[in-house]
Amino acid sequence: MLTLIRGGRVVDPGNLDGVRDILIEDDKIIKIIEIEEDEKSFASGRMGDPREARTEYRPDKIINAFGKIVTPGLIDMHVHLREPGFEYKETIETGCRAAVYGGFTTICCMPNTNPVNDDRQVANYIISQSLRAGMARVLPVGAISKGLRGESLCEYGELKDAGVVAVSEDGLPVMDSLLMRRALEYAKGFGLLVISHCEDLSLAANGVMNEGEVATRLGLAGIPGAVESIMVTRDIALCELTGVPVHIAHVSTIESVNAIRDAKQRGVPVTAETAPHYFSLTEEAVLEYDTHAKMNPPLRSEQDREAIQEGLADGTIDVIATDHAPHSDIEKEVEFDRAANGIIGLETSVSLGLKLVEHGILTLPDLVEKMSTNPSHILGIENGVLSGAQADITVIDLDRAYTVNADNFQSKGRNTPFNGWEMKGKAVLTMVGGKVVFEDM
Amino acid sequence: MQFTKKDILDMDSLTADEINLILDTAEHMKEVSQRPIKKVPTLRGKTVVLFFYEPSTRTRVSFDIAAKRLSADCHSISAGTSSIVKGETLVDTAKNLEAMNPDVIIIRHPSAGAPHMLAKKLKASVINAGDGMHAHPTQSLLDLMTVRERKGRIKGQRVAIIGDISHSRVARSNCIGFTKMGASVVLAGPPTMIPMAVETLGVSVTHNIDEAIYGADVIMVLRIQKERQKGFLFSTEREYSRVYGLTNERLKNAREDALIMHPGPINRGVEISSEVADGPYSIILEQVTNGVAVRMALLLLVAGGARNVDAD
Ligand SMILES: [Zn+2]
Repeated sequence: MLTLIRGGRVVDPGNLDGVRDILIEDDKIIKIIEIEEDEKSFASGRMGDPREARTEYRPDKIINAFGKIVTPGLIDMHVHLREPGFEYKETIETGCRAAVYGGFTTICCMPNTNPVNDDRQVANYIISQSLRAGMARVLPVGAISKGLRGESLCEYGELKDAGVVAVSEDGLPVMDSLLMRRALEYAKGFGLLVISHCEDLSLAANGVMNEGEVATRLGLAGIPGAVESIMVTRDIALCELTGVPVHIAHVSTIESVNAIRDAKQRGVPVTAETAPHYFSLTEEAVLEYDTHAKMNPPLRSEQDREAIQEGLADGTIDVIATDHAPHSDIEKEVEFDRAANGIIGLETSVSLGLKLVEHGILTLPDLVEKMSTNPSHILGIENGVLSGAQADITVIDLDRAYTVNADNFQSKGRNTPFNGWEMKGKAVLTMVGGKVVFEDM
Repeated sequence: MQFTKKDILDMDSLTADEINLILDTAEHMKEVSQRPIKKVPTLRGKTVVLFFYEPSTRTRVSFDIAAKRLSADCHSISAGTSSIVKGETLVDTAKNLEAMNPDVIIIRHPSAGAPHMLAKKLKASVINAGDGMHAHPTQSLLDLMTVRERKGRIKGQRVAIIGDISHSRVARSNCIGFTKMGASVVLAGPPTMIPMAVETLGVSVTHNIDEAIYGADVIMVLRIQKERQKGFLFSTEREYSRVYGLTNERLKNAREDALIMHPGPINRGVEISSEVADGPYSIILEQVTNGVAVRMALLLLVAGGARNVDAD
């Protein structure tokens, strides 16, 4: 089976940026073909039907990507798929479908399921369910400690063999600094990445939103920014102590951005991600007690939001990951302080990222770097538009305008603060291993 | 002026004109409460439900009396007697209540924003009787009424609020209510009890109680809860009363006509000494009296009986 992706602008940072045809045989990219000058004008429709060209390769299927952006498959390294245990919120199948509709070919799912992903059986189950769904690749993240209890290390060797790519207690911090140190050292022996959810639980106390003007007005208990940056600073110190890389999840504050920037300048092997909501929204979204604006870490101030954007622009923040966290009405249609933390993100991430490009904060290659290149490097997985590579590809239409309608989401979750937002640009085709798993050309 | 609000949720959402209308109506209601037969038929046939998720005797009884003086049918549900404890959600409980067609639901709830949530879902009027640390608009309105009655006007008064501002919905509502009506508000208390960015409510802050008292027309003292020691908000009641407690000694710095208020219940000897609470400046019991009048006014205004009140 030969597939030809015709005439798109291939944006693969560090590899190439130009109009190319991509020839795919079964699950592999076999040829990246320079496009003739005269053919580029197909993009403007001035010369005949582009599908008629390249007959020399006799492709079985031609995908017309003229005028579109073709990127290596997008990777979301922080999602919650809820299965096993909370299938009423999301299943691996619905989560994987949401992923490919959002342009993601690979997602990493956090271990806070029931049972917790802390052994081979759970990891195997997740992978087999994802293969059955046959959409996105799912790379499970295992627990740092058995049962997320912070008492003893999981068997990282067994987890690694089962296909786990990283370990994290996500949803909970590792409060015990000795455990965090040992986790870093022990994980190194197996080549597993450690992802840290940074939160000082005692300082967070009973807080439910960012501490500041809005919390004061609404009478909601506040979570100061220091809840995050204290732990970011600790993890940087442990990273320096051990020399083992640490990846900081969902950075939300200016102090964290500053601490990570300083550490990187000293050569500390720390990497970081943020989520689209932290560069798109502020605590103001909580006014009216909207539980769809409740997550952990919480939405912060305008100053924090700007710092996150700066951190993305100057490379302090390596990755955009959604922290996709589906919940049902049972958890969200309740009083604000009793509502569960988290929002869904897989199906809005590309469009929100493209707003940064539209506003000149990131270039398009920067965005692809944050959503594909950097996550693949940090996770140590193969990805890229290269001859011989697996054919994981996302096609983006920068001009597609639409209004977000949560009722149309593939995810079971409807918990998004972006419902009704006007967007410009979205993923229109997702290919995983040479197979088109989503198409909306 | 016609009152058009369906709900009374917080002081933010009331205009100065609406507040004046409520206070004018409340004065009229106070007169009703002083008659030998303290009952008017204005809300006959209307159903009022008191929906209390938090223990409260004073506010609940105040609303209950207010509703009955207006001849409304009043039903009281509190945590423990309703399905609240059985794990039913607030929205489900409220929808069940609404199916019985009440006209007004009065809710007290430990979660900030719970009355807002109900108001969005229900056709009945919702009156907030206190939600978490957020708002207590009926308390603020009765405080405004009491000051207006005593001082003739609210505008230009200097109001000092002393105590645990962070955890006080009364303080929040009064910051907004008094500044909206043209008073100036100064907050005083240990720095642990002053919420972040509270100046954005249009008030000033001092950590020195004498500074707050000096020149104040109204001194409002908040209840100190012993359980706040667990959050390290203060050391001991002994130290609190020594540094922040309102005593006759401290009152020497106050204006001669200063009014002492307290939303109750008071902790004698902690935030306020007995001689001050029972002293000549104290109008704590007048606040309670005016509470009934303000709540009658609100019931009247939201339940749409305003046009008939002068008929009898
Ligand atoms: Zn997390």
